[in-house]
Amino acid sequence: MDFEPNQEQQMLIEQVRRFVREEIIPLEAKLDPDASELDPADHARLVEKTKAMGLFGIDIPKEYGGPDIDIVTRVLLAIEMAQHRAGLYVPCYGTFGGAGLAQIFEANEDQKERYLYPTLRGEKKAFFGLTEPSGGSDPAGAIQTRAERRDNGWVLNGAKLYISNADRAQYGIVFARTDSSKGRAGITCFIIDSDTPGFHVRRVVHTLRSSHYATELEFKDCWVSDHQVLGEVNKGFAVANDRLTRQRIPYAAGCIGVAIAAHEMAIEWAKMRSTFGEKLSHRQAVQWMLVDNEIDIRTARHFTLEAAEKARRGLPFKIEASIAKLTASEGGGRVVDRAMQIHGGMGMTKDLPLERWYREMRIRRVGEGPSEVQRMVIAREILGSNLR
Amino acid sequence: MALRLRLEKPWQPLTAESVQRLPGQLGVYQVADAKGAVLFIGQAGARSPFGLRSELQREHRERGDGCQFRVEVNQQYRTRWFELLMVHKADHGGLPPDNAKNPPPLGRLSPY
Repeated sequence: MDFEPNQEQQMLIEQVRRFVREEIIPLEAKLDPDASELDPADHARLVEKTKAMGLFGIDIPKEYGGPDIDIVTRVLLAIEMAQHRAGLYVPCYGTFGGAGLAQIFEANEDQKERYLYPTLRGEKKAFFGLTEPSGGSDPAGAIQTRAERRDNGWVLNGAKLYISNADRAQYGIVFARTDSSKGRAGITCFIIDSDTPGFHVRRVVHTLRSSHYATELEFKDCWVSDHQVLGEVNKGFAVANDRLTRQRIPYAAGCIGVAIAAHEMAIEWAKMRSTFGEKLSHRQAVQWMLVDNEIDIRTARHFTLEAAEKARRGLPFKIEASIAKLTASEGGGRVVDRAMQIHGGMGMTKDLPLERWYREMRIRRVGEGPSEVQRMVIAREILGSNLR
Repeated sequence: MALRLRLEKPWQPLTAESVQRLPGQLGVYQVADAKGAVLFIGQAGARSPFGLRSELQREHRERGDGCQFRVEVNQQYRTRWFELLMVHKADHGGLPPDNAKNPPPLGRLSPY
């Protein structure tokens, strides 16, 4: 497969690259190094710009008012959008819009009116409530939050952990066990308004990540009506699985973007910095680190574009998405680590974005399915059904 | 084991001598009036030349004697700062007066 961008893709890439360099990075230079938000006036101004560029709501399908950009092109643009200090978790500070995991296209018309369309317009925010204190990698086994039938509706009791944006969202997609005898066939997805009695955001969970802190949620006799069931009762696992698989591709793209930015910094520094009378770039030890960076980036880029291409063509892409996520998150971490090594002491400071990328990239090997689960998915596919 | 949600260390007088002894590290802090009512929750981020010491020295210059403070050294000063503001809002129904003048975008917590 040829993954070289075509002329139209190249034009879009250059447009987004210019936006990052001319609009985002100068504003970012004035912010706290760990900041994740722009000044609201700057954010509103830049949203108008991305709308004028025709790129607002980039991951929204055309039939829902999105700009009709295929997934391969979206990956190429996501790689560009991540190339700034906060870019791994808040690419371009959200000025390109989009709904991410909250794209509830399986919703009925009433739910679409109440939740999906306002979210796509940027009026509502949502959270994705899957992981629990009992685990996240094996949702079929780990989900202990229960939803029991009561008063023509459902009563939820339980807890969720490491949930981003729950304190600021107007609603969330929450997975709960509705039939304890059926494993993955006993999970239902609910849409929960964050002002529902019995829904609580209990605390911030502090992690390595500077942006989008995680929270802990509690559901205490939280009653919702049947209208809040997303899809069908006991079919929630498919909703979760679909999102987790699809999300792996843009997740990988973000890692590649940051890796490219770190690699470019390392190259520039190696050409500039002299030690013991010689440029770093003339030393084989440094050259080899840069070569390894190049290989990690190219590998991840190839596999991520391959996964996106399969998704674009409507082919199964589960194994490719896992390979992309695995190579990009692990390779990206190695690239940032080597870039820090080449920068020496300065690489450890908050003066440069490398230390933030280092911390946040570490989470990528765990978030959205850890490396071990990706390897398990790939092993199942290549070894066949007798392993399942 | 979760971190303690609220800053519960004893107050210290906000004086030139006490802030001079503070570490130059990143973290969060609270300033209160003489009765212990919180006036401001602040952060010492990576742009503070000497972290908590610089921020509290500035607070002392601007407020003079008569206030109190307490600090927490914390590398995750941003998320901890947001958390302390949200907890204060949940406990008291609003932000401390000096934060309310220029409120940051906040979510809502219902802490235990």
